[in-house]
Amino acid sequence: MMNQRASAIGLVLLLIAAVLALVGAGVGSTGFEGVLHAMDEPVALQILWDIRLPRTLGAWVAGALLGLAGAVAQGLFRNPLADPYLLGSASGASLGVALSLVLFGVSPFATQWLLRLGLTAGAFAGAVAGVLLTLTLARGVQHTLRLLLAGVIVGVVLGAAKELIMLARPDFLQSMQSFMLGSTGYVGWSACNIMLGTWMLCMAVAWALSPVLDGLALGEATAASLGLPLARLRRGLVAVLALATGTAVAQTGLVAFVGLAAPHLVRSVVKTSHGRLILLSSLMGGALLMAADILARWVIAPQELPVGVLTAVLGGGYLLWLMHRRVTARGLL
Amino acid sequence: MILTTMRLSDGLVALIAILLSVCAPAGSAQALQVTDDRGVTVTLPAPPLRVVSLLPSLTELVCALDQCQRLVGVDRYSNFPASVRALPQVGGGLDPSIEAVVALKPDVVLMATSSRAGERLQALGIKVVALEPKTHADVRRVLEKVGALLGVDDAQRVWRVIDAGVSAAAQSLPPAARNTRVYFEVNNGPYAAGESSFIGETLTRLGVKNIVPAKLGPFPKLNPEFVVRANPDLVMVGDYNYVGMEQRPGWSGMRALREKRVCLFNRDEADMLVRAGPRMADGARLMARCIADKARTP
Repeated sequence: MMNQRASAIGLVLLLIAAVLALVGAGVGSTGFEGVLHAMDEPVALQILWDIRLPRTLGAWVAGALLGLAGAVAQGLFRNPLADPYLLGSASGASLGVALSLVLFGVSPFATQWLLRLGLTAGAFAGAVAGVLLTLTLARGVQHTLRLLLAGVIVGVVLGAAKELIMLARPDFLQSMQSFMLGSTGYVGWSACNIMLGTWMLCMAVAWALSPVLDGLALGEATAASLGLPLARLRRGLVAVLALATGTAVAQTGLVAFVGLAAPHLVRSVVKTSHGRLILLSSLMGGALLMAADILARWVIAPQELPVGVLTAVLGGGYLLWLMHRRVTARGLL
Repeated sequence: MILTTMRLSDGLVALIAILLSVCAPAGSAQALQVTDDRGVTVTLPAPPLRVVSLLPSLTELVCALDQCQRLVGVDRYSNFPASVRALPQVGGGLDPSIEAVVALKPDVVLMATSSRAGERLQALGIKVVALEPKTHADVRRVLEKVGALLGVDDAQRVWRVIDAGVSAAAQSLPPAARNTRVYFEVNNGPYAAGESSFIGETLTRLGVKNIVPAKLGPFPKLNPEFVVRANPDLVMVGDYNYVGMEQRPGWSGMRALREKRVCLFNRDEADMLVRAGPRMADGARLMARCIADKARTP
């Protein structure tokens, strides 16, 4: 029964994504315009194919990665407040971007091959380094609380280091801000493919490891008594978390709230196993970020809003409404 | 009761008399009054000899008036002219070290209106003049204000030289380059310099077209697609922001990038272009030179 409901919701989310993709292909710098209309003009066609489609689909995949990472994080820490950026990946990525802005920016022609990767590589390396630092400080993945605390501390310290760099080079402040608020504007086909590959890999591993999360939900002692090799499986899940988050952050910056909200939105409509929850919250995250991306370029076209601002407003607004409705439905708190 | 009231009013009259006698001679001699951009009127007993500037463009303006020697401290971003780099730095314009400013015993502190440090400095008894030049017209106005403040008479002349410099740069452009459509990227957000920005005003004076109209505001964050569609003839960008521009989806097909019609500015040049200060003529010349080099010749 629940499984059927989960499948139905999955289908609905995919359908929403398909409709959004169609709308997204039509929303450009001049507001909404028909897709068919673009066929007559070479520039319009190129814009549609090279810019608008990859960024629309890229927004979906990035959101899917974040939704997946969020569901894994919340299961792993058994904490509904956990989000993908928890293990130091966000601050690590922003420090990575700050460093690459300053270092690579000095001699733009000498290090052309480095620049090709540039900020993307910097962000990804920073995110992974942040997680590794957290793991080192927490001495492994055994103790949930220690891991959480180490993640928070690494976040604060690396964030402060980033602020110091920005203080020295205020000319990069706005570039940094674009990254901090998230942007899907520069997602091309290559970025899209990288994210899609990572998503499929992460999804497969997370699905395979999801029984461990179901076990953990019953408590660590129970999970261990089920004969699960907890330490090894946890390491695998942390790796999924880091890879999914790092990839999304590297391509789209620190998009807020998708990772936190997506699993909650799914849980509000269906109670299911962690495997399905991860898949559904991935689909939810994708739909959410795709919708936010479309609004970001539509609302004040041809200007853009930072997409992270909209994910926070959309996801947060919906979540608040859900909470409110639940309270009124019960009639009491 | 009546007696005390009488005494009080007597005292008040006496006080006013004393105040008047103290103020009047100073006022008639050399007292300076300047109304700054906050609308606050600042009174100084005499032209200040020790000046701290907390905004790079104000630092440059003071020096353009030939009063560099009066500067005793600057913020950490003031780097022009070279002589100011030897001065004590008191921190950022928005977060200066209050203690360091006070220790320099300035007669006046010049700073941006957006800085909160002003209130704290005033509370400590330091005269603060807040000015924030943002447009060409502002440069003229602020130049005159600073000139009046420092007791310099030829602020008007300095402005005329700057203004003539911009006009000369515009005239140096070949007529064919006039209608070049330019995209000036401030950073890779992509934030552009629109017609209403300081850079945009210089571009307008040069007679070239900006692809970002004034109605989008001075520094709009654009949809990258907008730039590709506008297909500018020429791109202007700081060299560190040019990094990766050709790799942006769809951008390599843009005429300007395909034909390498890109003006790259290094950090010092970019400072000169963005700062609403006395080097606007140098900025205009720099842009004019590049436009003449790179613009499409028919």
